[in-house]
Amino acid sequence: MSTSASAIVVDRLRVVVRGTTRDIVDDVSFEISPGEVLGLVGESGSGKTTVGLALLGHTRRGVQIGGGSVRMGDMDVLQLDESELEHIRGRLISYVPQDPAAALNPALRIGTQLREILDAHNYGSGADERRERVAEMMREVALPDQPSYLKRYPHELSGGQQQRVGLAIAFACRPRVIVLDEPTTGLDVTTQAHVLGTVRELAALHGTAALYVSHDLAVVGTLANRVAVMYAGRVVEVGPTLDLFRASAHPYTQRLIAAIPHLTGSRDLVGIGGRAPSPGRRPSGCMFAPRCAFAQERCTVALPELRPIAVGHNVRCVRAEEVRGHMLARASDGGREERAPEQEPILALTSVSAGYRKRMVVHDVTLQVAPRECLALVGESGSGKTTLARSVAGLHSDRTGQITLNGVALANKSRDRPREQRRTIQYVFQNPYGSLNPRRTIGHIVRQPLELFGHTSGAEIDRKVGEMLDRVSLASNYADRYPEQLSGGERQRVAIARALVCEPSVLVCDEVTSALDVSVQAAIVELLAALQRDLGLAMLFVTHNLPLVRSIAQRVAVMSQGRIIELGTVDQVLESPQDPYTRRLLSDTPSLEVALETAQSS
Amino acid sequence: MAVLNPLVAQEPPLVQSKRPAGVLMGALGLWRTRIGIALVAFIAGIAIFGPLFGPHGPADFMGLPNQLPFPGSRFGTDHLGQDVWSRFLDGGRTILVLATSATVLGLVLGTSLGLLAAYSRGLLDDVIMRAMDVILAFPQILLALVAISTLGPSGWLMVLAVGLTNMPRVARVTRGAAQPIVERDFVAAAEALGVPRWRILFGEILPNVLSPLMVESSLRLTYSIGVIAALAFLGFSTNPNGADWGLMIQENFIALVVQPWGVVLPMTAVALLTMGTGMIGDGIARAAAGIDRSRSGE
Repeated sequence: MSTSASAIVVDRLRVVVRGTTRDIVDDVSFEISPGEVLGLVGESGSGKTTVGLALLGHTRRGVQIGGGSVRMGDMDVLQLDESELEHIRGRLISYVPQDPAAALNPALRIGTQLREILDAHNYGSGADERRERVAEMMREVALPDQPSYLKRYPHELSGGQQQRVGLAIAFACRPRVIVLDEPTTGLDVTTQAHVLGTVRELAALHGTAALYVSHDLAVVGTLANRVAVMYAGRVVEVGPTLDLFRASAHPYTQRLIAAIPHLTGSRDLVGIGGRAPSPGRRPSGCMFAPRCAFAQERCTVALPELRPIAVGHNVRCVRAEEVRGHMLARASDGGREERAPEQEPILALTSVSAGYRKRMVVHDVTLQVAPRECLALVGESGSGKTTLARSVAGLHSDRTGQITLNGVALANKSRDRPREQRRTIQYVFQNPYGSLNPRRTIGHIVRQPLELFGHTSGAEIDRKVGEMLDRVSLASNYADRYPEQLSGGERQRVAIARALVCEPSVLVCDEVTSALDVSVQAAIVELLAALQRDLGLAMLFVTHNLPLVRSIAQRVAVMSQGRIIELGTVDQVLESPQDPYTRRLLSDTPSLEVALETAQSS
Repeated sequence: MAVLNPLVAQEPPLVQSKRPAGVLMGALGLWRTRIGIALVAFIAGIAIFGPLFGPHGPADFMGLPNQLPFPGSRFGTDHLGQDVWSRFLDGGRTILVLATSATVLGLVLGTSLGLLAAYSRGLLDDVIMRAMDVILAFPQILLALVAISTLGPSGWLMVLAVGLTNMPRVARVTRGAAQPIVERDFVAAAEALGVPRWRILFGEILPNVLSPLMVESSLRLTYSIGVIAALAFLGFSTNPNGADWGLMIQENFIALVVQPWGVVLPMTAVALLTMGTGMIGDGIARAAAGIDRSRSGE
């Protein structure tokens, strides 16, 4: 390792649960050169945020550093005491948190908050220089630098602007290293594209080494020079972005790539079965072995060492060479048959407007969904797509216009609809952590619709519940569990089971994967696509994730500010978008394919 | 707004609210709860089984009034010359039965109204809660006194009066706990299915507010015991000629210096009982809030 050239060197970092030997992160080593962006990728619980915080000498409560070193020049960050850490944080190394709204003090003007960091580190020679620096920082992150703007409070800024202020604060003292913890997760794709551009420019301009922590492979592929993939607290693969994504040598990396939806060329998503082991319950040997298609006996004996497989490309797998040669079969174009829309739409919306009292968020929407067809409704947050979906399900009653089911007009409130209509339209909610009653067993939750819709025999209900759980790939003993004992993906399966158990004809899915990890998202989409095909469901699939549309829908409607601005088949809309808004949305959506192609050609 | 912030949806809540059974088990692990249960069991035991062991009838005359203990009368005689010990053993039932019934009544009414208010929001919520505020504005004992002095002291009236004054406090706690639950998607899911309103209230929402309700119910029981005892002390006993702890305190109060037992026994019993229910409530509250959670688990 060439310590002298790197801005920061992490060596065998180990983080454990306080007072125990249970590791959250172990044997993590990497280095970042000045001006370089290292992407740290992993799913929730992989320990990526823990590593990011450890770089600043910080651990969350109940967690402590168990060993290793984080060197910046001659200094080991992990050996510093609190006052020394205070001194380097913000000056030599800084942090951009995920949620800018939570990171900025709501009671202080943003100008004050920017000044604070300069004052704390005695930046420059005097008040004038600091004032000048504040203005310069604002320009660097492409925000207005007038005093009137600096007088604003955080709540007067949009999410993207808040995150820019967060970036400005992080870059204020020109630190050598900056840790970015999923800074764009809560932002729209367009805002995200701008923020990512700013990060790249600033890192290159000031020679700052950046660690970009994210679960989003496409974002990391677009931004990072090198990528490290984490699984169960270990780095399983690290290498140059192009090499790592095009010639992955670790099975987990390959499966992750196979799990992300693509904008260009439709192909089926492949999820990863099972779930990542949690700290304290991690198996001996390779952590990924239980979920790995390449696993052999020897994989379970000892944890493989991180070893080089190409220049600057290290991997923690005993069969890396074979794995690399066996890059999973991809791009199966034309795998899905195009279904001709059937004559009579099962669900038809005519001039539907909806809103909250005076403020309308959906304007004059007309849509049809044919039986056995999946229509994707795409839009950014605030576009009114969820309100529209809830209106269809009768959960949002403040609407005008007509929604018909098989030609019969639906009442605004679900309560006013006849039982048969309620049974026919089912709804799956965005957040499986909120949509299941924590005090009810899974069996009870799935059984409820059957009891309501008139299945009286207990034996028949039990049989149907068992069948349905089986259909969504949950073991039958899940019926006795409570939602809190399930992972996010499993909960969403339960929610899908509840929706489908009473055999509806129309399924409304509201952002059903946005709270889930990519590998889980892929598995859920796989499941929904299969169920839709097998049960002949008409589906209204609401999402903000454009690439996902490819994997599930036949037609797509793009929504912006409450109006449908483009409607057509998936190929029409994604390949030759007519509306400028759709075009912008498409070009701003980070795509791993596009990023890799750009990287290859340059 | 129906649009959810994806940031919020990303991570599950860090502290899962505990299941009521878990809270009870946690409370049982605390010494204050165990002591509370022992106290309540002891006094309730006296109140329930006491009458079987009374050496004399509660209304039997033993000798001169206000006698200190003498052979044949373990704690002496009261202001009429009846046996203090026998009357003490006999006098606990009323207070226990009345206080428990009043608490149950207050809980049932308060929970129903609180859930209804939280679920219906809007006008009905306002009407219910302002009505509760009106009741709350009067001191608890005053309302009971007005009712009883107007209609005369009968058991059901005391239960009704004390129960009704318990109701607004329970309703407030229930509504407060239920408000965030009502916004959760599983309630919307039940609505979309067309689950009847009462089943959403009691089947979906109620199980999620049980922990604070358990704490509240022990508090209400403590207050009810106090109010019922106070009413008896003020002379409003359901059974003016029989024995009643509150009544005993009042009757023998004048002779406190000469014959303390007639006051000390019932007073200690009422004090221990309310301390016991109070400690149980405190234990449940601590277990629900996780205050005494062992730190080794971190």
